[in-house]
Amino acid sequence: MIDVLDTVERWRREGQRVAVATVVGVEKSAPRDPGAMLAVNERGDVAGSVSGGCVESAVYEEGQDAIATGRPRLVTYGISDADAISVGLTCGGTIHVFVERLDW
Amino acid sequence: MIFERLAAALRAETPVALVTRIDGAQSGAKLLVFEDEVLGDLGTPGLNVAAAGEARALLAVGETAMRTFGEDGEPVGVEVRLFIAAYAPKPAMYVFGAIDFSRAMARIGKYLGYHVTVIDARPIFATKQRIPDADDVVVAWPDEFLSQAPVDYRTALIVLTHDVKFDIPLLQVALRTDAGYIGAMGSRRTHANRIDALRSAGVSEADLGRVSAPIGLDIGARTPEETAISIAAEIVALRERRRGGRLSDGTLPVHNDRSVVSTS
Repeated sequence: MIDVLDTVERWRREGQRVAVATVVGVEKSAPRDPGAMLAVNERGDVAGSVSGGCVESAVYEEGQDAIATGRPRLVTYGISDADAISVGLTCGGTIHVFVERLDW
Repeated sequence: MIFERLAAALRAETPVALVTRIDGAQSGAKLLVFEDEVLGDLGTPGLNVAAAGEARALLAVGETAMRTFGEDGEPVGVEVRLFIAAYAPKPAMYVFGAIDFSRAMARIGKYLGYHVTVIDARPIFATKQRIPDADDVVVAWPDEFLSQAPVDYRTALIVLTHDVKFDIPLLQVALRTDAGYIGAMGSRRTHANRIDALRSAGVSEADLGRVSAPIGLDIGARTPEETAISIAAEIVALRERRRGGRLSDGTLPVHNDRSVVSTS
């Protein structure tokens, strides 16, 4: 949160709607620890990371959908997951990411 | 509102935890937990109480984690998954005196989640080689070091110097801080002498009572490792307002209700 705080506050001042994606669980080795956060706004800007680049584009899409629908979701990326092949979690672990619109 | 309060706390480096329900119909529900205040709602009063307690426990050790509870906060339940992001720097443990006991103390301090600093005025003893588990080993006069060091209610001060010339000025400085734990090694006789000296120096009876001495829980510890365990257990017990002793001899719940007991 601390690394995206300034950016998220600026976006909110600009009237941008924002979604945040937070790593809430990791299995085996993962590049970022629980608590790591990526933020997106409706204009398409991105701040922070949840995996060091492996799944950010997929998380970005989830974030845009969360902004549009207001619907939070828990998504998992990992070796055993079919999504992982397409999004490519190169590090080999599994990460659970919670994505929500920042309306709190 | 929650975000603004969280942002302000992060800026001020105030310990705070953000709890989020991450599945189910109330997914996204939030609770913001401070040491002395709670904002938000996770769905049921029991869940709020349980989550606040767990969040404060995680804050005490500076850890972020997922936890499961029952719908009304039952500790054995698995219906509700909560993500608890605790924003707290590691608590500090200052170990004064670079002796064999300090090596064991530094090790268990790290294990408990402290940032451990060992302080000794003697350069020959205060070395990282002798105390490999310490985060920092500092050559300094103990009282001078402590008067400059950051201390808060989570800080543990472990006085192992047991030498009056170090102990008395050091304890005087220690008792002016908010440290949650102040322990001093030495026999009952040594401590009686320390008490006399501190009283003569104008330290109040209430402040004298803050010093845990002889240090540690009464487990018959002999070796440095056993002594470190006895001290570590006393630190946890004081934080939780427990007396120590065997759970099998007691009748209290095994864990405190964290909604009513602060982690300080």
